[in-house]
Amino acid sequence: MHSKGLAPLAAATAVTITAALAMVFFYAPNDADQGFVQKIFYIHVPMAIVALCGFVAGGVFAIQHLRSGDSSWDLRSYVAIHLSIILGVGVLATGSIWARASWGHWWVWDEPVLVSFLIVFLLYCVYYPLRFSIEDPGRQARYSSVFAIAAGAFVPLNFTAVRMAESFTHPRVLSQTGGDLPGDMRLTFLVSLLGVALLFVTLWKLELTAKHASMQLKRLRNERLRNRARVAA
Amino acid sequence: MIAAARTILGKDLRIELRTKESVPAMVLFSITVYVLFHFGLDRDSLDGALAAGVLWVTLLLAAVIGVSRLFAAERDQGGIDGLLLSPVDRTALFVAKAAALFVFLTVAEVVAVPAFGLLLLGPGLGGAFPELLAVLALGNLGVAAVGALVAALAAETRAHELIVPLLLLPLLVPVLIACAQATEPLMRQDAVAEDLGRWLGLLSLYDVVFVLLSVAVFDFLLED
Amino acid sequence: MAAIELERLERRYGERVALGGVSVRVEEGQTLAVLGGNGAGKTTLLRVLAGLLRPHGGTARVLGAALPDERWKLPAQVGYVGHEPLLYRELTGRENLRYHADLHGVPHARVDTVLAEVDIADRADEPVRDLSKGLVQRLAIARAILHDPALLLLDEPRANLDPAAAELVEPIIGRASGRTRVLVSHDVEGALAESDVSLGLRSGRPAPVDAELYR
Repeated sequence: MHSKGLAPLAAATAVTITAALAMVFFYAPNDADQGFVQKIFYIHVPMAIVALCGFVAGGVFAIQHLRSGDSSWDLRSYVAIHLSIILGVGVLATGSIWARASWGHWWVWDEPVLVSFLIVFLLYCVYYPLRFSIEDPGRQARYSSVFAIAAGAFVPLNFTAVRMAESFTHPRVLSQTGGDLPGDMRLTFLVSLLGVALLFVTLWKLELTAKHASMQLKRLRNERLRNRARVAA
Repeated sequence: MIAAARTILGKDLRIELRTKESVPAMVLFSITVYVLFHFGLDRDSLDGALAAGVLWVTLLLAAVIGVSRLFAAERDQGGIDGLLLSPVDRTALFVAKAAALFVFLTVAEVVAVPAFGLLLLGPGLGGAFPELLAVLALGNLGVAAVGALVAALAAETRAHELIVPLLLLPLLVPVLIACAQATEPLMRQDAVAEDLGRWLGLLSLYDVVFVLLSVAVFDFLLED
Repeated sequence: MAAIELERLERRYGERVALGGVSVRVEEGQTLAVLGGNGAGKTTLLRVLAGLLRPHGGTARVLGAALPDERWKLPAQVGYVGHEPLLYRELTGRENLRYHADLHGVPHARVDTVLAEVDIADRADEPVRDLSKGLVQRLAIARAILHDPALLLLDEPRANLDPAAAELVEPIIGRASGRTRVLVSHDVEGALAESDVSLGLRSGRPAPVDAELYR
């Protein structure tokens, strides 16, 4: 069911990412202040944006799950959140490298997006222990959805609060994504963003397909065991 | 709905009065943490941002204790079946539990905040007291709403003592930010509120979002 | 209209079948005995009937309420005596019952009546944690009938009761009470003797009530 369109999607992803990489290294100019290292921005920011969207999408799927009671929504929610957490590790890692390379510290508190991302990441990491400490499968799905919704609502609130609190002593490259970026940088950024987004969707579909297949397999296996037991009895 | 909420709240308050487990623990914990900060920071008195930070971090950590114990009586009696078998609106249950937590926090703060003033606060609390109360009230409301939600989420999981702090504290970061920032100018020598409206606004937004959200999803936490 | 009508009721626990294809009809005032070994699904069935668990398949009507959509109607009409007494241990028996009375909109005078009926009035003002299991069970029964429910769901109701106490609660939860009852008991002969309908369960599915049931 989910594998529809997977092949063309994967192809599109491969193409876009290749294009993005090419642009980052050969097209986009070196930043005047930060030099070559600034190019991490092209992977760090798109990953952050896609991860945050993934978390919010997880919340939206969770709402659908609670409204419909259909567990396939829960699976979509789980995979979205799960992939976003993994992406989140990448965001924090690249953010740290960028901070170190640009400002000499492995972590800076002045970047509100990075800081609020850390908080969101810490919150979502609890998704796994929460989920897997509930044994009843129906309840596990429901409670995970409640978490996904609360955490999804939390993301914008948290970002607002952190932004209000941080003092901005360093130039924020993100403010430049609003439109201050020169044309060639902006284009590279957009292509990278598209690439990461496509990658996310491809992986999401891929994982859903794989999980579906393994659930089918388990179901067939259980059927066989039951039939065998019935014959033996 | 209100009557049912009041009945459940009454029951929880009565049990707390009898067992005296949550509130004294929160107070004791707070004072202990003040002592820890004294030694950890090697300071006799704090003011401004440092004071606000120490106070609010301590109060939030103490809140974890209150949240952990919110459904303790139900767990003790074998689960929340008793609540589910009552003809009670799930919203009433949320309101009752959030109100109980609010009361516990408030009572604990009646001791913990003056204790802070005595032990660690340089300038003293007198300065901008009404403003401080406003911040405490709105902050407690947010903690109560989110705390009740987290308590219910963790109530029937195996690892609930671990889940509660890990879930609650990140969710309360906006509350911490708003309360600490609002309190900072109140804890200086010449205590005068600055930007209070902005931080109270953030707190109000947070409170509204989480009260509405918790009421909406609470049903799903209790049904099976 | 039957008090309980179940048609191919299903309840799953993930992939495992907790209840599968359970059909039974119980008229008002009748007693249904649910029998089976450990893990057969007896308690699960009781919990579905109480509105605590929602059915995953089939149809179910309890006291006119269609499950799962009208589950909210059940608590007011159902009295549940389960494995847990569902009493707050730090409160006294009287306080526990008054709390439940308030939730059900029942006057406090009834609490005193019921406490007398189960003969626990003299110890009603001690915290539940100080009472013996037998007394706690009596209180649990009192709690279950406080709101005069039309349906009683009884999971080993006479556990921990000495013969005198069992006799005492007989008119309250026994056949003579006139209420529709669903009884789960390990005393097969006793249960069958006091029931009108019986249902055997084995791994969640209906099975004939015979020696095989407990294998």
